[in-house]
Amino acid sequence: MTVVVFMERADDELSQQALTLARSLGGEVSAATVEGPYAPGAWAAAIVAAAGDADIVGPGSDRGNEVMAHVAAQLDLPLAANVTEVRGDELTRIRWGGTLLEEARLHAGRRLMTAAPFAFPLSVDSTQTLVLTPELGGAVAVVDHVAPDTGGKVSLADAKVVVSGGRGVGSAEGFAILEELAALLDAAVGCSRVVTSAGWRPHTDQVGQTGTKVSPDLYIACGISGATQHIAGCKGAKKLLAINADREATIFAHADYAVVGDLHEIVPAITAELRKAK
Amino acid sequence: MRILVCVKRVPITGGRMVLTADEQAIETKHLGFTISPHEECGVEEAVRLVEAKGGEVVVLTLGPEEAAEQLRDCMAIGADRGIHLVSAEEWDGQATAAAIAEAIRADEPFDLIVFGNESADAGGYQVGIRVAYAVGLPVVTGLKGLTVEGGRARCEQEVPGGRDVYDVSLPAVVTVKEGLNLPRYPSVPAKLRAKSKPLDARPVERPEPKLEKLRLVVPEGSRKQAEVLGEGAAAAPRVVEIMRELGVA
Repeated sequence: MTVVVFMERADDELSQQALTLARSLGGEVSAATVEGPYAPGAWAAAIVAAAGDADIVGPGSDRGNEVMAHVAAQLDLPLAANVTEVRGDELTRIRWGGTLLEEARLHAGRRLMTAAPFAFPLSVDSTQTLVLTPELGGAVAVVDHVAPDTGGKVSLADAKVVVSGGRGVGSAEGFAILEELAALLDAAVGCSRVVTSAGWRPHTDQVGQTGTKVSPDLYIACGISGATQHIAGCKGAKKLLAINADREATIFAHADYAVVGDLHEIVPAITAELRKAK
Repeated sequence: MRILVCVKRVPITGGRMVLTADEQAIETKHLGFTISPHEECGVEEAVRLVEAKGGEVVVLTLGPEEAAEQLRDCMAIGADRGIHLVSAEEWDGQATAAAIAEAIRADEPFDLIVFGNESADAGGYQVGIRVAYAVGLPVVTGLKGLTVEGGRARCEQEVPGGRDVYDVSLPAVVTVKEGLNLPRYPSVPAKLRAKSKPLDARPVERPEPKLEKLRLVVPEGSRKQAEVLGEGAAAAPRVVEIMRELGVA
């Protein structure tokens, strides 16, 4: 065994992408899942014990990066988070939420890394899987789970369509026309960081590097300039429609479809057109 | 309570990444600077806790001389003093954590040590966790909710379908995410007061990096040629046509 892959679950997509990265390293690959309540330090210790002197790879998810940071701290080895390509002890990893890349070299006898989300295809075939049972002891662990009431609305992360607004919307009240369009499309309403910093919308609506990363079939960006902070959150969209009064706005460089003009006229016109057709 | 918040100076990047000629950094000639968004919420949370319970907020950074500006910004929000580990070079996560741990040992005890979940620029996802190991404290990451009561911290972490809850005894290390709170804008008097708060600056020497940055690369392929559907409200019928083609309307 020369590479161990920490899998959040055997059927988890980001973990299956990590498995693909692991196979690109060369050598025998073992997949490991961990049983019991989530306890990052204890899970890491179980992985460290099972890995011997193997390279260790995890998914580029919150938990993947967290468990691998514990692994790195326990072994006092460097960790390369969110890697997109490996060439021996050199690699490419993402910075700034994927809007910039870094080529780097690991100086260590063993390679510890996580796979950047959606940088690798899935490995769905069966691999020999180790099931690890951690020693919980007094380890920090999840003790409870709370589920907020979403009021039956489709979540940003799961929505097929996202109607998103930026500074150009102008005010909290300005989002009413986006809400109206979203309701017709069974879409979620999103926004940029400018909007949450101004207090117009809650942070749970923010799409971006420090908000939710979305991957809808259609992302409608209304009055959003296209800062890298925002692009990091919406670049997973299959198609992007940008509506912006400034024809020089950066968002158009990331868009599949463009409408130039005042969103306060265009959005209600789209809503009316959809209603007319129904 | 004594709370330490660790922050990092980063450029406000705007819409386009432009690199310096040596490909070692982002060209920042025309950019402003801030701290990572997660950390802004970390500073705000620490200040709120000390406003409610009394104590001291210390803010620490490892960065170039100019990073003193960011420490003053944090003091304008309400931090009481600053520690500046001065180095113009970029450090990897392992070395950063070792330097911060050493500074913590020289200034203990802290009830709570706060980091952002990951920095906006390097995004290594590891400094807070490594520091926790180095100083022997429990750590919880990615906080969107924090309640401190009776020497314990109830920590809420966002996960698909809700929030996971952790309960740890203090002292502890936590890493937080934007959304934990809505940071205040500092008042003008607060900015003036911040100028006279104590700031301890000391040079630190970077060890050889174990994760060595070779060069930065702007990714290709984001330059799409958008299909212009029209101008103003007159574009609406064409937009709806596209929505039908995509199967979303």
